[in-house]
Amino acid sequence: MKVLLVDDEKEFVSALAERLSFRGVDADWTVSGEEALKMVKDGQYDLAVLDVKMPGLGGIELRKRLHGMHPQMKFIFLTGHGSHEDFKVGSEEASFYLAKPLKIEELIQKIKETLNR
Amino acid sequence: MSNRFRTVATALKSRLTALYRPPFWVDRARRYCYIWVVSVSLLAVVSLVPLTLMVLYVYDSSQKAITEENVLRILRITSNTRRTVTSFFEQRLKALRFTAQVENYSLLRQSGHLAEVLKNLKYGFGGIVDLGLIDASGIQVAYAGPFELEGKDYSGQGWFKRTLEQGAYVSDIFLGFRGVPHMIVAVRSTNEQGGDFVLRATLDMESLSEILHSLELSEHSVSFIINTDGIVQTPSRRYGEPLEKVCCMPVPEYSEHSQVFETGSEEARRLMVGYAYIANSPFILLLVKEKAEIMQNWYELRKNLITFFLGSFIVIFLVFYVIPTYIIQSLYEAEQTSAKSIHRLEETARLASLGRLAAGVAHEINNPLAIINEKAGLIKDLITFKAECKHDERLEGLIDSVLASVERCGAVTKQLLGFARHTEVSVTEFPIAKIIKDVLSFLEKEASYRNITLKLDIPEDLPPMVSDRGKLQQIFLNLINNAFQAVNDGGRIEIAAKPAENGRIGVSVSDNGCGISEENLQKIFDPFFSTKKGSGGTGLGLSITYGLVQRLGGDISVESELGRGTRFTVTLPTATEEVRDEGPTCG
Repeated sequence: MKVLLVDDEKEFVSALAERLSFRGVDADWTVSGEEALKMVKDGQYDLAVLDVKMPGLGGIELRKRLHGMHPQMKFIFLTGHGSHEDFKVGSEEASFYLAKPLKIEELIQKIKETLNR
Repeated sequence: MSNRFRTVATALKSRLTALYRPPFWVDRARRYCYIWVVSVSLLAVVSLVPLTLMVLYVYDSSQKAITEENVLRILRITSNTRRTVTSFFEQRLKALRFTAQVENYSLLRQSGHLAEVLKNLKYGFGGIVDLGLIDASGIQVAYAGPFELEGKDYSGQGWFKRTLEQGAYVSDIFLGFRGVPHMIVAVRSTNEQGGDFVLRATLDMESLSEILHSLELSEHSVSFIINTDGIVQTPSRRYGEPLEKVCCMPVPEYSEHSQVFETGSEEARRLMVGYAYIANSPFILLLVKEKAEIMQNWYELRKNLITFFLGSFIVIFLVFYVIPTYIIQSLYEAEQTSAKSIHRLEETARLASLGRLAAGVAHEINNPLAIINEKAGLIKDLITFKAECKHDERLEGLIDSVLASVERCGAVTKQLLGFARHTEVSVTEFPIAKIIKDVLSFLEKEASYRNITLKLDIPEDLPPMVSDRGKLQQIFLNLINNAFQAVNDGGRIEIAAKPAENGRIGVSVSDNGCGISEENLQKIFDPFFSTKKGSGGTGLGLSITYGLVQRLGGDISVESELGRGTRFTVTLPTATEEVRDEGPTCG
């Protein structure tokens, strides 16, 4: 099980990756959508946790591209906010839509649920 | 049907009350009061003044015309009567004069012959009672008639002297030797020896009275004769007996022609008196009529005129009161409605701005909060999972405290986003009572612990709601929760539902708690506004409720009085037809 974390907040995403690793989840992280595309191209990920709002390539568009590259890949959206439209698209296109700040146990549970679907 | 009748009756009563006490007058809306006063006054003046002037003109001219007509009638009758009475006296004088001239004096001295002459006079003219021949010394030398008057001396009588002086004389009424009121006519003539003698006849008062009474057309009309001293000469019914002073009226001034004057002090007893001086006599003919009787036509007309005027006045005034009042009231209501709509739009716009601001703030806080959360979580993980990190309970406690605070902040920002976010409305059908009972089931235990009385008044025949069940639950949970926080232990909360206008349902949640001040009432739906300082209130509950009610196409209002309690009333359509899109949000 390999997870990719994508969020423009480095302090957040790096700490989250380390906390997941303490719980047995192998997680890589990056702070931009473009970098995420490269990482997915080079490696194999089962699931991506994406921030919806990011400078440049946002979470919604990034999901589309990643899905195009790996149709079997699963997604969980994170947001500090999210408009009505974001929420609508996120609910339809991702397995879960989680709001920051999140509980690590909840994220672990959602990751497991997503991968088990 | 009865509900429909009750609604119509209520609407009618409300309209009538609005006419009787126009709300713009009660609210002291000065501009509308001014317009109303000017409109009603102008319309009243423009219509009522011409009506009043016209009625006054008709009143005056009718009164004059009828009075003149009556005066003319009295004048005509008086003139005709004068001619008749004058003729009565003149005919008898002429008859006497003719007799005195053609009859031989010595024959006249014979009582038998005189009686024959009297008989002829009675037959030819009538109106003569007796006939007497008086010599120059005043002794009645011959007499024919029903009394014993032969040999009587008239030399001291005023009428005898006047007759000798004037040649002919009609006397006032006097008692004479018989002591009976009577009237005579006498003429002077000359006998064959050149001496004067007087031929006298007593007039039959009955005949004269009959002439006069024939003119009395009603019981209130009297015709009689007085002399120039005001002494009644013929029976007058109520204005004095013969030889008495005439009562109730003055002796009229001399006039060659017939005249009419009005007399009497009391209006009800006013008299109209026609009079005429009878030529060659001391008599004045009077025709007295009661004004109340002869003006009867005028009184009838006056009554009809006054009734017409008052009726028209009332109808015109009512019309000119009701129409401007109704129009101005409608304008006032339209302005009030418009002002309320503008106020509501402003309020909605204000809350939408605040929502966007709240969402922005939440977003900006959430990201750093997430970092704090993860960093603190990582520290805790390090303490927990890394053996080299010393297990420090105090440090662990502090980290837990940081995480708890982060969780609390997160709850606030989520509520903020909930306030601003508009999710889809999921419409289903259900009874309103079910929703409220579901909500109350969450709070029954608290009510029981705090001894709070819950009263539910929801009629069973209310139509079912077709709306978003979840949002309605949230609305009523917020309102009832609010009531729970407002009341003291042992307080009372009432929830009532009833049909409202336009097929809506109104639900009110009332409590007998502390109430809300007028100042706070203005801000009650503002985000972050809370009166529950220090007790964990976020100030978002009622803001969210407001947004949800608007979203479902409803209205919410609040009434409160400090120390007495508060009532929230939510009016919702029974069917939510469409989802309101209130523009882009940052939700």
